[in-house]
Amino acid sequence: MNKGRYGVYGGQYIPETLMNELLNLEKQYNFYKNDFEFKKKLQTLLNQYAGRPSLLYYARRMTKRLGGAKIYLKREDLNHTGSHKINNVLGQTLLAKKMGKTRVIAETGAGQHGVATATAAAFLDMECEIFMGEEDIERQALNVYRMELLGAKVNPVSSGTKTLKDAVNETMREWSTRVHDTHYVLGSVMGPHPFPMIVRDFQSVIGEEIRKQLFEYESKLPTAIVACVGGGSNAIGSFYNFIGDEKVKLVGCEAGGEGIDTEYHAASITKGEVGIFHGMKSYFCQGNYGQIAPVYSISAGLDYPGIGPEHAYLHDTGRAEYVPITDAEAVEGFEFLAKSEGIICAIESAHAIAQAMKMAKTMDKEDIIVVCLSGRGDKDAESIQKYKLAKSKNNNSDNSHMGGI
Amino acid sequence: MSKITEAFSSGKAFIAFLTAGDPSKEKTVEFILAMEEAGADIIEIGIPFSDPIAEGQVIQNANIRALSCGVHTDDIFDLVGDIRRKSDVPLAFLTYINPVFYYGYDKFFKKCKELGINGIIIPDLPYEEKGEISEIAKKYDVDLISLIAPTSKDRIKMIAKESKGFIYLVSSMGVTGVRSEIKTNLEDIISEIKKVTDVPVAVGFGVNTPEQSKNIVKLSDGVIVGSAIVKIIEKYGNNAEPYLKEYVATMKDATRI
Repeated sequence: MNKGRYGVYGGQYIPETLMNELLNLEKQYNFYKNDFEFKKKLQTLLNQYAGRPSLLYYARRMTKRLGGAKIYLKREDLNHTGSHKINNVLGQTLLAKKMGKTRVIAETGAGQHGVATATAAAFLDMECEIFMGEEDIERQALNVYRMELLGAKVNPVSSGTKTLKDAVNETMREWSTRVHDTHYVLGSVMGPHPFPMIVRDFQSVIGEEIRKQLFEYESKLPTAIVACVGGGSNAIGSFYNFIGDEKVKLVGCEAGGEGIDTEYHAASITKGEVGIFHGMKSYFCQGNYGQIAPVYSISAGLDYPGIGPEHAYLHDTGRAEYVPITDAEAVEGFEFLAKSEGIICAIESAHAIAQAMKMAKTMDKEDIIVVCLSGRGDKDAESIQKYKLAKSKNNNSDNSHMGGI
Repeated sequence: MSKITEAFSSGKAFIAFLTAGDPSKEKTVEFILAMEEAGADIIEIGIPFSDPIAEGQVIQNANIRALSCGVHTDDIFDLVGDIRRKSDVPLAFLTYINPVFYYGYDKFFKKCKELGINGIIIPDLPYEEKGEISEIAKKYDVDLISLIAPTSKDRIKMIAKESKGFIYLVSSMGVTGVRSEIKTNLEDIISEIKKVTDVPVAVGFGVNTPEQSKNIVKLSDGVIVGSAIVKIIEKYGNNAEPYLKEYVATMKDATRI
């Protein structure tokens, strides 16, 4: 009962068909994570292919305009493929290859994880299929093309809400059909054990670098680390190395959508309840006798009704704080960062920027906020333009929900 | 002997599945009684879930139809009450762990006992996690039915030893749904199981023709049919009763060897 648990959260709530595969994955991972050759190969890929270490950038103008804490941006957006997703994908794909798999499958929301997986598959010569909700295919058309260009097959998912949650369902179904040659490259710190652990470990390079780089620049620890949270992989990657440093405030930003008092959000911790879904016990947006609720966010990458089990635990213990950020606030952050620093970030990461904007003002000049800028925003430019347009029209009529843009 | 296990004592068992509330609560009661009359030995009642990851398209759609008519767990308990006023057929729920967790384990299983639910199958609750409910289910005399899959291999004995009611042997990789051919070597798995337990073994996933049914009961103690039944309900809706009766009778006949 205690394997893969974070307090009461986590676990392996998954059909029997997949159990031996998960047990084998855990065993292989525990071996290779300490294998010198494997570690060396992964580190080389991270450095020479993905472009690590990523920059820790002092956002001077943003800091000045907000007039409080110093703001540093951890530039995961500068990684190859444009987000933190590559850290985990290179690790898992390399592991899959070691395990003798010839095919990888993955879910994707915004398309960043799909692109990263397709990239690693192309590079490591593996077959690749990506599952993506129809609604996300529409709002992230550019990423669909990128995945196809990389040789992946993109399967549209038309069930349920046609977004990330349904893409996970479909990828799990596909995996249970074909485990002998296929590895499921889960994209976040969620799902059944050992995924939350594996993905966290591969993403924790973010926090390791933050610590080292900030020490070089400032000779101290950050006052706060802020990251957006869907499943929560860039957040746990940023937080993990600082969990023991109790003075470092850890803040996760959930998708507040149209507002947490409306039905249109994806704030699993703020508004969700404990449940068991997608292989894990954690917080989920649910209702109506335990049916998983349809969720909404302007950001396809945060449009998920749950959160990784380790975050649920960090929330319960009070070690990390989780706050909702609305679409409007995120868009404001997106624009603010573009105008003050000349950086167009992913709308997911803009949730963290928005939170840093709120916090910085209330803090001292000696304080330091590190924001994980998890991805770049090229993919979002078009939909944010549409959002702004719809919003300005709507302001003249009513305040109805902006979903389906 | 539990009521579920007893259903295997007079020959091979035919186990029929449908999703509660598809197309309505009233019709679910009618269809279950009809299937019993046609020879079904155990009925599995699906409590619909928004995200049934072990189901293929046919049962996924039935879940959506049921949920969109607004059926929920208490409605399903009500309809079990209606069935029990007219029938003694062994009943098992099939659902996912979240609806049970959300309802509250104790409250859920207490209600199962009061209304006469004899077993439960939860595809996303493997051996490692069954401690969630195994004690509570036992307390209320509900058999927690274990699944064994083609990939279970070294896990077979461990699972079989602690099984209750019957063992649900998953015939194929992947999700539920009609298959033209079942390729798994069931014989080897069943003989592994039989080494450690007397609990009957029923085979499900993909079974839809009398021919398959006949072949399967040569090796096992029973056969489970879901998607093929749900397809009939999908096709005929409110008028499915005579078609279900005919199909179940044919399938049950095929198990009489």
